[in-house]
Amino acid sequence: MTPGSTGQRLRHQRPSAVARGRGTPYLFLLPAFLVYGAFALYPLGRAAQFSLYEWKGFGSSTFVGLGNYLDLAGDADFRRAIGNALMLIVFYSIIPLVVGLILAAILRRGQVRGMGFFRTVIFLPQVIALVVVAVAWRQIYSPHGLLNDVLRGVGLDALTRGWLGDPGTALAAVGFIGTWVEMGLVMLLMLSGMSRIPAEQFEAARLDGAGAVREFFAITLPAVRGEITVALVLTIIAALKTFDLVYMTTSGGPGNSTTVPSFEVYFRAFELREVGSASAVAIVLTVLIFAINVGVSRIGERES
Amino acid sequence: MRVSRAETTLNYVLLLGFAAFALAPVLTILATSVSAPLGQNGGLHLENFAKAWTVGGFGTSLGNSAVVAVIVVSLATVLSILAGYAFGTMRFRGSTVLFYLFLLGMMIPAEATIIPLFFDLRALGLTDTYIAIAMPQVAQSIAFGTFWLRSQFRALPVSLLEAAALDGAGPLQALTRILVPASRPAIVTMLVLVFMWTWNEFLIALVMAPGGRLRTAPLGLATFQGQYTSETALLAAGAVIVALPTVILFLFLQRHFIRGMLEGVAK
Repeated sequence: MTPGSTGQRLRHQRPSAVARGRGTPYLFLLPAFLVYGAFALYPLGRAAQFSLYEWKGFGSSTFVGLGNYLDLAGDADFRRAIGNALMLIVFYSIIPLVVGLILAAILRRGQVRGMGFFRTVIFLPQVIALVVVAVAWRQIYSPHGLLNDVLRGVGLDALTRGWLGDPGTALAAVGFIGTWVEMGLVMLLMLSGMSRIPAEQFEAARLDGAGAVREFFAITLPAVRGEITVALVLTIIAALKTFDLVYMTTSGGPGNSTTVPSFEVYFRAFELREVGSASAVAIVLTVLIFAINVGVSRIGERES
Repeated sequence: MRVSRAETTLNYVLLLGFAAFALAPVLTILATSVSAPLGQNGGLHLENFAKAWTVGGFGTSLGNSAVVAVIVVSLATVLSILAGYAFGTMRFRGSTVLFYLFLLGMMIPAEATIIPLFFDLRALGLTDTYIAIAMPQVAQSIAFGTFWLRSQFRALPVSLLEAAALDGAGPLQALTRILVPASRPAIVTMLVLVFMWTWNEFLIALVMAPGGRLRTAPLGLATFQGQYTSETALLAAGAVIVALPTVILFLFLQRHFIRGMLEGVAK
């Protein structure tokens, strides 16, 4: 008897060897489902409902249909938030992916001592609270911080600035923190994918006279397609959900130069008191996250 | 596989450079946390931690974080074990649909639920309570935990349950006496990840406790930053205090962190 196997009539079967009653599985699911329904599914539905109203957070509300969504189309802050999010994807996903692939490919080829130490250090940024990460990077980026010290040290005084306060560099400065956070995770994902490639494949390629570069494109890259998909989904979503970092480093500024959809949700709902508009942004963000999950996974499946 | 000396050197150079990059911000904050506060001489200032602790009220905020973490980790674990058990070992009508509904929860961002949660719980007089901070996080963790433990229970041999049935065990006894002990590593992985997420959570704690009385550790640090922008040494000491619990846990249980992140979250 295999759990979950099909082909047998459910109604004549006990749910499992120890569960006799047909209602038993539902009893085990019930507590989890109640909490999940009340604190995740129901609020999601409520957010969709809120997004159809104009409401200040108190008093009466006005039904506006899709008005909040239509307003977003012409809303400069919202468009900037989406544009910024796309830019952040470069820093959170694309750069870590390229670097992670190269580093992992190099590591797989050469036996390195102290692998455990490097793994620990490289993964460390993932476990540190983003609030703490923000405090650390604010000091690095500050006018007398590490980055400007290094620039002055190598004679590039002209480049020094308050990196988070300069509208030209603020978004890249926030994005680069994302690169720092995500790079280790992506590299470890790639390494775990590459460790499954049988060594004979590489030996065969070498006998055929393939160099390191051809070996990478012919064997390594195709083998880690699944991991690339996973890394993209995880990091793109992390980019779209950048809230802690923006809140702690720039509050979306200067101007709206570092605002992102997550920050717009918070700012509109709890600072501007535009609850309907905030909910519309939240729903758009959720749909985007669903679409990326499904879309990237589909592409990943089709290509493999 | 033979590797040339030049390639080995390059490997080490790359790895060391990358490790230095990963460590630089960590070392910066550690160095700042023991540096001289405003108006004092250089040298090692370990008293920064004591001062930050008092001035920043970290005793209270760490305590609040601990309470929230205990609620979220224990509730999410028990409920996920029960649900994962049903999905992983039992056949029933609607199991696929219900499972996908749980999977959906791994994708729902807190940004989408936080607005109604705040206004609805405020209407019930429940904001600024542990319930308001903890329960949304329990819901998020249940989605992951159910998924994670379902695959764990599915991977166990069916003969375990059959043997339990021969011994006359009921479904709950079979779970608590046989499946849970056999799944200890997977459960520990889940505990560790959920603890880390809960400890580091910011948005939910920020919105759900507007009164400030139940401020969690990350919020305590955010408030501290707002009030003492120029006191970089104390701020850094506060940051170290907030980061320490998860970092220590990671150093001791990193296998669980890495396994969970690569196998669980990634799927």
